[in-house]
This record gives sequence, C-alpha cells and structure tokens, in this order.
Amino acid sequence: MTETEAAIILLSAKVALAATLFALPLAFAVAWLLARRCFVGKGLLQAIVTLPLVLPPVATGYGLLLLFGTQGPLGRLMEAVFGLTFAFRWTGAALAAGVMAFPLLVRPIRLSLEAVDRGLEEAAATLGARRIIVFLTVTLPLALPGLLAGAVLGFAKALGEFGATITFVSNIPGQTQTLSLAIYSLLQSPTGDAAALRLIVVSILLALGAVLLSEWAGRLIRRGGDGRA
Amino acid sequence: MGGLEVDIAGKAGSFAVSARFTAAPGVTALFGRSGAGKSTILKMIAGTARPDEGRIVSDGRVLFDAAAGIDLPVRARGIGFVFQEDRLFPHLSVRRNLTYARWAGRRAVGRPLPEVVALLGLEDHLDRLPGTLSGGERQRVAIGRALLADPRILLMDEPLSSLDRQRRAEILPYLEAVANETCIPVLYVSHETEEVARLADKVVAVEAGRVRAVGSPAEILGGEEGGETAVLLEGRVTGVDPHYETATVDIGGATVELSAPGLPMGARVRLRVRASDVAIATRPHEGLSIRNQLSCTIERVTVKGSAAEILLALGEKRLVSRITAKSAEALGLAVGQRVVALVKAVSVERARLMRPDEAVE
Repeated sequence: MTETEAAIILLSAKVALAATLFALPLAFAVAWLLARRCFVGKGLLQAIVTLPLVLPPVATGYGLLLLFGTQGPLGRLMEAVFGLTFAFRWTGAALAAGVMAFPLLVRPIRLSLEAVDRGLEEAAATLGARRIIVFLTVTLPLALPGLLAGAVLGFAKALGEFGATITFVSNIPGQTQTLSLAIYSLLQSPTGDAAALRLIVVSILLALGAVLLSEWAGRLIRRGGDGRA
Repeated sequence: MGGLEVDIAGKAGSFAVSARFTAAPGVTALFGRSGAGKSTILKMIAGTARPDEGRIVSDGRVLFDAAAGIDLPVRARGIGFVFQEDRLFPHLSVRRNLTYARWAGRRAVGRPLPEVVALLGLEDHLDRLPGTLSGGERQRVAIGRALLADPRILLMDEPLSSLDRQRRAEILPYLEAVANETCIPVLYVSHETEEVARLADKVVAVEAGRVRAVGSPAEILGGEEGGETAVLLEGRVTGVDPHYETATVDIGGATVELSAPGLPMGARVRLRVRASDVAIATRPHEGLSIRNQLSCTIERVTVKGSAAEILLALGEKRLVSRITAKSAEALGLAVGQRVVALVKAVSVERARLMRPDEAVE
C-alpha cells in the first residue's frame, strides 16, 4: 500500500468519524422529538429527515452547495461565527457524509426510544428521580443498543458516501478525496485497477470492523447491565 | 406520624372520579370492582394523573391543592409506588433496583437495606438481573424498592393481580409482614376480597368512581363474596391452651374457641366464619363435638331456592348461617327468635400483635 493510499484511508476515517460524531447528538434529539413529542409539523420534520435517503445524492449535494457554499447563507454564517469553511475542504466532505447518514442514524434510535417502556420512567419518578436523572439512568441505557446500531449504520454510510460529496466539495486529492471518490478516480485511469482493488478490500475491512465492533459493544452493554461488574 | 387526607374530584378520559377519605398509618384498602376508579384515585395521589379540584395532604404536607395552585411533581411527593406489573429496571441488578431511590432519587436513607432484604427474603438474589427472577420474586423486589424509597405513603396498585394463584400465595405473607410492621399509611388497591381481608385495617369501598362506604373490613366485606357467604369478626385472644393448641378469642360479647397453634395472648385477630359452617339449634345441646355454641337472635331469614340464609345477631356482631330451606321450615325459624348458632369451623384470617396505641374493637 502506498503512502497516498494510506492518506486516503485516514482521510476517509476522519471524515466519517467527524460526520457520525456531529450527527449523532442531533439525530438523537430529532429521534426523541419524533418518538416522544406531539407537535404541529411533526410529519414535515419526519419528511425532511428522510429526504436525503430518497433524494438523488447529487441533488442533496447541490443543495448543500447552495446553502453552505462560500456564497450560501449558511456557509457565510458558519464562516463569520465559527470561522468554518466547507467548500472544497474535508469539513465539507464530513458535512455531506453527515447529512446523507442522518436518516440512517435517526431511524434505529427512534425505534429504540419508542421501545423504552414509559412505565419504567414513571416508576423512576415515583422513586424521586428528576427528569434528567431518569433519562440518564433509565431511558438512555435502554435505548443504547439502538443508538449504537444507528452510529454504526451512519458511520458505514458516511464512509461510502459519494454523490453528495463529489457535487458539494468535488474530488480533491488530500482534501476531499475519500475512499469512494479515490476508487472512482482510479477506475477511470487505465492503470488504476490494482490500486482500486486494494482500496475496495480496505473499505470491506473497515465496514466489517465497524459491524463487529458494534456487535461486541452491544454484548458488553447487555452483560454490563447484570450488575456483577 | 400523620396520615393521608384525600378529597379530590377529576376525570380520567370521560370517566369521572371523586373521592374523599383519610388513611391513617396502617393498611387502607381501596376496594371495588375492576374499572371502579380505584387505580385512577391512586394515580392522582401519586401525581401521575391530575385531579380537577380538591386537596391531597400527606403527613401535614400539601401534595395537591387546586384552589391554591399546588401540584407537587411525582418525584417530590414522598411516595413509594408498587405497580401491577413489577416495572423493575431490566438493565440494573436487583441491588441497584432496590437502592434506586437513594442513588438516583437522592431520597434519604431510611431503613437499612439488609433489613428490607431480609423482610422480603431477597438475600440470594441481590446480584441477579430482574429478567432471571420469577414473577413472584420480581414483585417482591418491586415492593422492597418502594419501601427503600423512604416513603411517607406507600401506594400499591393491585400488586398481586399479574401473578397466578400460587405466586400470590407466595407473596401474601410478605405483604402481611410489610403491613404488620409499617408505620406509614399504605393504600392498597384490590378487587380481591381475600387479599383485603388479610391485609387491610380499613376499607374504602369504591364504586363507579365514588366512595360508597368506609369502614372496617368486617363491616365492608361482611356480605357476599364470590358466591360464598361469610362474615369477618375481629377480636382479641384472651386465652390459649398450648396442649390442645387452641385459642379463645373474645369477639365482643361472646367468645369462640378455635384451633390455631402459636397465637399469642393479646393478639388481635380477624376471623372468618363461613355461612356453611354455621348450623342452627333452637336450644343449647350437650354431647356435641361442636364447642362453639353461641346464643343469637334471628334478624332475617332469606330463602334462596332450596337453601336458606339466616342472619344472626350476636350482640353487636353478625353471623350468617346457611342451612336448607327444609330445615329452616321444620325448625320454624322466625325473625326475633332466640337460637343457638353451632359454629363448626373458624379460620384465622389475620393475626397481628397489638400496638400499645390500639384499642380493642
């Protein structure tokens, strides 16, 4: 494996990890609203969250370009407030990956939150626990498997994201060229087949690793609960 | 120790509930059929449902007052709640479940954990997960968890209803232990006469969302129950015979003798006398194996098909005898007549040691 290939893998991991970590709390909040609250526009929120899943990725990428590009309203805002630019940077790749992964994060978290028995939360309240404590000691631990499943699914999706990324931040080696984009570029050149295959094997290993990690963590959670620890 | 004062009215869905009663330390049963509104009343006291008007005061502390705009949240009401289903936290060990109110609810450390664990026989289960326990064991943990919340009122919503007969029989002694030693008001919701008879000091009968009657278990449960007529009598043990393992119980105006090993002198007991265990004679008899012959006056004769139920007055107390309609006619039983009730069997429903502040009924 060449140094360039290693750099591509590292960049992809960085992009996917950043995307997952930033999207996770937001996805949890949205999942919570959808699972627990009744409000006007709930259907609309549900639709917007699902949009990246059903829209052509290129369209999502173009939308991001309009909103978060150097001239876009949100792009300018982020630049002014946080000094954060997205256009043609790895941060933009992470944003695109995060947006595309979002629906996949929300769904399992929402399902696991809906599966938490509200009666248990009520019982915790009768035992004197404040809302935030009830959340931390009852709701969150019981929803953790769903949270984990969502995170792994989101991470895998972020790792493989292609259409929105290439539209939004282009295919710049060392900056926005993640695994999928690099494989695509290599396949375009007559001599790139071997290198492309190597990267494909790496993506398989990364995805497999993520799934195994989540399985193991899931088992740990279930076992950690039995109080012998 | 103060009691609980409830005077509330409200709605659960389209069902209107209004209730007014007090509960002193000891067990007060909210008794009535399913759907009578008992659980709704309990939820309003716990704070998981909100009455429209009224007041709830526990131990001098106002939990709810519609007029004054006071509505304490569930967590601040100082309650312990035992639900129909155990509602144990499945991801926490029995020990962590039991002590939840302390580490998550910041409740004061009231009773020591080992004491409650011993009371409920949970010594061997502390490190297990709720999912590995039987239904009865789980409900015992739920009771312990509520007791360890240092509650000022203990609310129990049909805690045995989700269990089969055998498990109920397994838990009842533990509930009796809790009832006997508690010094806070315990509100026990049930539609089972048997449970109420064994556990309650006072019964609030609830019907169609309203309090129908309030009184002692003997007064409220005295009538018909599940097709079998029986009466409950309260009394005090005035004599014991260790050799024959019998006890003499003063039920106020009369004494009955029953075989019951281990009843201590002075214990307050609740007795159940089935109507089918009471025969009637027009005059006292000698040479009978039946030792309890009580002189009574007939208050009412009710003929139901081939059977007759005779309501008998024994001083202030009442007994019911079930004989055949033919016998009733042959003996010429009539209201106001003096007869002798021959009591074949008496079962002890509940026995508890007298507290010094308790008067004999």
